[in-house]
Amino acid sequence: MGSPEMVRLEDLRTGRSLTGRKHVLSILVENRPGVLARVAGLFSRRGFNIDTLAVGPTDDPEVSRITLTLDGAVHPIDQVTKQLHKLINVLKIRDMEPDLTVARELALFKVSAAVESRAEIVQFAEIFRAKIVDVSRRALIIEVTGSFDKIEAFEQMLRPHGLLEMVRTGEVALSRGE
Amino acid sequence: MRGADALMEALVHEGVEHIFGIPGGANLPTYDALVDADLRHIQARHEQAAGHAAEGYAHASGRTGVAFGTSGPGATNLVTAIADAMMDSIPTVFVTGQVRSDLIGTDGFQEADIVGITLPIVKHSALVTEASQIPEYIHHAFRIASTGRPGPVLVDIPSDLIREEISYTPPTELVELPGYRPIVEGNAKQIRLAAKALANARRPILYTGGGVIHADAATELREFAMSDRFPVTSTLMGLGAFPSNSDQWLGMLGMHGTRAANYAMDEADLIVAIGARFDDRITGKLSEFAPNAKIIHIDIDPAEISKNVPAHIPIVGDAKLILPKLTGEYRALQTEQERLDGWWSRIRGWQEEYPLTYEPGSDGEIKPQFMIEMLHKVTEGDAFVTSDVGQHQMWVAQYYGFNEPHRWINSGGLGTMGFGLPSAIGAKVACPGEEVVCVAGDGSLIMNVQELATAVTEDIPVKVFLMNNGFMGMVRQWQELFWDGRYSGVDNGTSPDWAKLAEAFGAKGLRCDDEADLEEMMRATLDHDGTALLDVRVSPLENCYPMIPAGNAARDMVG
Ligand SMILES: Cc1cc2nc3c(=O)[nH]c(=O)nc-3n(C[C@H](O)[C@H](O)[C@H](O)COP(=O)(O)OP(=O)(O)OC[C@H]3O[C@@H](n4cnc5c(N)ncnc54)[C@H](O)[C@@H]3O)c2cc1C
Ligand SMILES: Cc1ncc(C[n+]2csc(CCOP(=O)(O)OP(=O)(O)O)c2C)c(N)n1
Repeated sequence: MGSPEMVRLEDLRTGRSLTGRKHVLSILVENRPGVLARVAGLFSRRGFNIDTLAVGPTDDPEVSRITLTLDGAVHPIDQVTKQLHKLINVLKIRDMEPDLTVARELALFKVSAAVESRAEIVQFAEIFRAKIVDVSRRALIIEVTGSFDKIEAFEQMLRPHGLLEMVRTGEVALSRGE
Repeated sequence: MRGADALMEALVHEGVEHIFGIPGGANLPTYDALVDADLRHIQARHEQAAGHAAEGYAHASGRTGVAFGTSGPGATNLVTAIADAMMDSIPTVFVTGQVRSDLIGTDGFQEADIVGITLPIVKHSALVTEASQIPEYIHHAFRIASTGRPGPVLVDIPSDLIREEISYTPPTELVELPGYRPIVEGNAKQIRLAAKALANARRPILYTGGGVIHADAATELREFAMSDRFPVTSTLMGLGAFPSNSDQWLGMLGMHGTRAANYAMDEADLIVAIGARFDDRITGKLSEFAPNAKIIHIDIDPAEISKNVPAHIPIVGDAKLILPKLTGEYRALQTEQERLDGWWSRIRGWQEEYPLTYEPGSDGEIKPQFMIEMLHKVTEGDAFVTSDVGQHQMWVAQYYGFNEPHRWINSGGLGTMGFGLPSAIGAKVACPGEEVVCVAGDGSLIMNVQELATAVTEDIPVKVFLMNNGFMGMVRQWQELFWDGRYSGVDNGTSPDWAKLAEAFGAKGLRCDDEADLEEMMRATLDHDGTALLDVRVSPLENCYPMIPAGNAARDMVG
């Protein structure tokens, strides 16, 4: 009661809103129809841009996990998570700490591979621990998993060889330790 | 029992007594069950109006309002009311019929994906997929609609499931929702910090909003404000929580607020926002909003904190619980009252220099402001007042002078024309012993005028005071001031003859052209035993002042 220490108004500060880095949000939601539409709808309505989005089951059949990435230089992540929390079907949100997180993405690349350039492509694939999962007369499909940056790098390597098609899943993530 | 009967029992279990709605094919079983249910159904004449009536009911009583609509057009007609309830945080439950489960997705007759359509404008919604969910979802709906930050919840029930036989036992305890845990307590450390900051403020102001009314915290607000001589202002939605006859009251703030309130916000060193959401009608130009102020923000919705204006001391929780703690902490600091003397003399200066005024009418001309002052007089400032949207709404806010919460019922966030009459019906149903008046605009009233039939047929006597300026006045004012007077789409002409229209509906219709008759005719309208409408012909070109032109700062108030 009436403790002597003073609070000077000049010393009061507001929280920081833009963090300036990429954020991975791991969101546990009830596994019900329409939940993804609620999450996606919230993002579009509030003008938040999702960079990647991945949805899948968890160890609990009643719960799904949505992993999404967005740019903290553009969006106040705090506001994003608070808005998400207002959705009744959202159970838990984790703004993943980069240092304490394992994040992976899977990508498939279809490259046109004439016989003479195949060897080189196979070499790239080995360096990136990628797998050739389909071979046809004119094309190869290569599967690669890794961090966002690794997949970007791999794509850069493949592009000059005639990238026909590609698909990426968007990152999924878990935090390290218990 | 049928799903429909379980629906009725679940509603009764939630304490529902009144429902507003219109039946149709998909909710026939629901309406069949209503026949035997211990519930009064008020048959509206348009689902939008049923929705607004449910909102008016909730506004007036603080209880959750309920509206029914059938599938397809019945449901889509509810959309405006749902959006309105969302924007103003009104506790409401909407129950819509849906086509049979096997027809969903086939473009069946009167099929509309109402859950999809309303996703961005509900607090929550659910499509029933198994009959046993019907009562369960209803209980969830009431829990969600009425707690935390209140809002609309929609439950959509296919017509086959509502007929199915299910068993129902009312829940004995509160239903648990894993993803829903409103924060109510308020962090004790933050509250203490806030008290200390207040003790060091030289130019504090309380900026209160609709949240104080939702929290039912008018008493707690008064005690807090009077724990020192804190100046108090409120948004449009918070009027009545603090008495307008108090000498600490500065009037409404924002676009059509008083200069004293807006200038005080502009010069404040500490703003305590209580259940108010820093709407753009308040902040105007964000970069110039309250440039000298630190912000304490009390709100039950964490997402409101720092959404528009960053807070220095956020306190998340229910104002009803937080305010007494804050008052206690503040009192314990034993500050000197004199430290606010300088601030008050500055505020008094503005109040004296810029009171709310208007040029009185001459030759019997009825000034709209005068009309509201007269309404205050004849109702002794004690009525439940609903309004439509426009100039008349602002004049009620400025001139009626609300002293108690729940008595001012209007559409602030969405600004829905046509809100006034149906919400008055809802308020009267909730508070049958109270005088309920609707101050309508001629542009707005006609959007839901069919509800006169509801009021008459269902014997819900409301009094409509039509501020008839012949224009879409608020838009006309903007065209006059900011669009070189190029009027476009704002002249309402002379149709209809309102008194005759009221009579056609079976209500009493009166018309007043002369200031000298106004008091007597207003009294006659109030005294009429039944629904009545008084068409008051006011100055057609009067503008609503003062005002902050959109996107400007408080300092730039005009008029
Ligand atoms: C023509 C027109 C002109 C207008 N001009 C003005 C004007 O001049 N001035 C003005 O003020 N408005 C004006 N408005 C209204 C404006 O658009 C907003 O609706 C209004 O300012 C919002 O009021 P509010 O901040 O009190 O928020 P509300 O919409 O009432 O929101 C309530 C807030 O309280 C919180 N809350 C709810 N329950 C609790 C609780 N238990 N404890 C704590 N917090 C709680 C909610 O989370 C929310 O943040 C005008 C509207 C129209 C249509
Ligand atoms: C449904 C709807 N349509 C349009 C508007 C835009 N609008 C705001 S005020 C207004 C004019 C209101 O006219 P009236 O009801 O006569 O009230 P006045 O301003 O003349 O008092 C209009 C068209 C609105 N708020 N709501």
